[in-house]
Amino acid sequence: MAKEMTCVSCPLGCLLTVVFEDGKALSVTGNSCKRGIAYAETEMTNPTRMLTTTVKVRGGVLPVLPVKSDKPVPKSRMFECMRVINAVVLDAPVHIGDVVIKDILGTGIDVIATNDMTSV
Amino acid sequence: MVVIGGGPAGLAAALRARDCGVKRIVVLERADTLGGILEQCIHTGFGLHYFGEELSGPEYAHRFIELLQKTDITVMTDTMVIGIDKNRVVTAVSPEHGLMKIEAKAVVLAMGCRERPRGALAIAGSRPAGIMTAGTAQKYVNLDGYMPGKKVVILGSGDIGLIMARRMTLEGAEVKMVCELMPFSGGLTRNIVQCLDDFNIPLRLSCTVIKTHGRERLEGVTVANVNERFEVVPGTEEFVECDTLLLSVGLIPENELTKELGIALDSVTGGPIVDEMRQTEFEGVFACGNVLQVHDLVDYVTLEAQLAGEGAANYILGNNQAEKVYVRPECGLGVRYLVPQKINIKNHRDVKLYFRVNAIYKNARVVLEVDGTVISNKRKVKLAPGEMEDVLLKAEVLAAMREDSRVLVRVDV
Repeated sequence: MAKEMTCVSCPLGCLLTVVFEDGKALSVTGNSCKRGIAYAETEMTNPTRMLTTTVKVRGGVLPVLPVKSDKPVPKSRMFECMRVINAVVLDAPVHIGDVVIKDILGTGIDVIATNDMTSV
Repeated sequence: MVVIGGGPAGLAAALRARDCGVKRIVVLERADTLGGILEQCIHTGFGLHYFGEELSGPEYAHRFIELLQKTDITVMTDTMVIGIDKNRVVTAVSPEHGLMKIEAKAVVLAMGCRERPRGALAIAGSRPAGIMTAGTAQKYVNLDGYMPGKKVVILGSGDIGLIMARRMTLEGAEVKMVCELMPFSGGLTRNIVQCLDDFNIPLRLSCTVIKTHGRERLEGVTVANVNERFEVVPGTEEFVECDTLLLSVGLIPENELTKELGIALDSVTGGPIVDEMRQTEFEGVFACGNVLQVHDLVDYVTLEAQLAGEGAANYILGNNQAEKVYVRPECGLGVRYLVPQKINIKNHRDVKLYFRVNAIYKNARVVLEVDGTVISNKRKVKLAPGEMEDVLLKAEVLAAMREDSRVLVRVDV
């Protein structure tokens, strides 16, 4: 069986054709780089996405701080992760790259700050 | 050198000018922080071309802000430029310094763009709360930390609209649909996949909002399909209950200062007409970033700003200012505009011509012709108006050109 999908690894958005059997990719065409193959393979088994959101901050110049998952999160666990992240309140200052939540939901994925937050 | 705007364009232009030997540089920024719109673009996807890694907006900006802080470039935030005169005297105001006049040898315009507001659209209805541009909602959610609504309809499928569809969904809102007037989306395909398809948000093409309902707060919108002449198809009107309408219906380069100087604008890009170093038709005034042409990727803003920074430095230091002979590249079939609009053939360096196509093309070719000879002919699986393209005019080709040479970029279907 074959399936078409758009690779979301970068803004190029290559249109991939994936030939698969029993949910496993046998061949991938249409990709411009090797990330397209990796994307198609995980997309067929366990689709993942980068998660970016904000975390509440106490005593900072702004009330929220942008954060991201340091690795792509399984798509099926996005909303579960959001609930954990939205329950966290940090104290300013926070530095870009700081780990905000370690090993979220036991996935081995850390949530890290993507900007500095100075205190008022 | 005065740089107006401390977003990605202003930052890169200032840094490059410093590297080229400009001694006194000042960056004037209206907001209270540097970074421009990147500060609220917390999603990732920035920097793949420039840094070879996927960064969020604030992370991308941070790299340049850090570099800038290591230099003696002067930064003035909370500072609004209110005019530039014919002698390149820049007038600015700030709460800290009051009214200032800065005499500049060169000015780099890096003011960015703003979103087309509701007032520019012909939507019937009163003016209840809950109608705003997607970028305004993005600021509310990502910087101010509050959600502007619970049930959302988005008009326009530009990238900011798509990104906000996902962002609002993740924060618990119900995004009912994204309506797009055109028969195709103006956003990147990857954003349609990861922002709409992932969350089962319908994208309704050839569809628009014709009426808003509610007096104090938005209570719903009427959507309807349109035909190929963008006329409402009778009988397709449908009421959609919502408390928020986000508009992602285009970006307009912010060229008030440019116009005041009498600088000619390109009627298609909405930005000034520039040469290959991004010098406008006013000598010593350069432009880069979204004030020049609306970009999809910040990486290209950085590259463009570096050219403007280098051009401004050359102008100040008197390098490469010998006789200039300009040719004006022409838009052939399928090409809506070209930036730069003119090229100095005495400046022997590779010139990238950036353009957008006027419709979606599949398996087409991008052809560059000089004096009727095909210089390059590149196959493209897909060309779309939402994605900026470029074609390279090599230094050696430029060197062989004459004053009356014709450069043409076209799409071969």
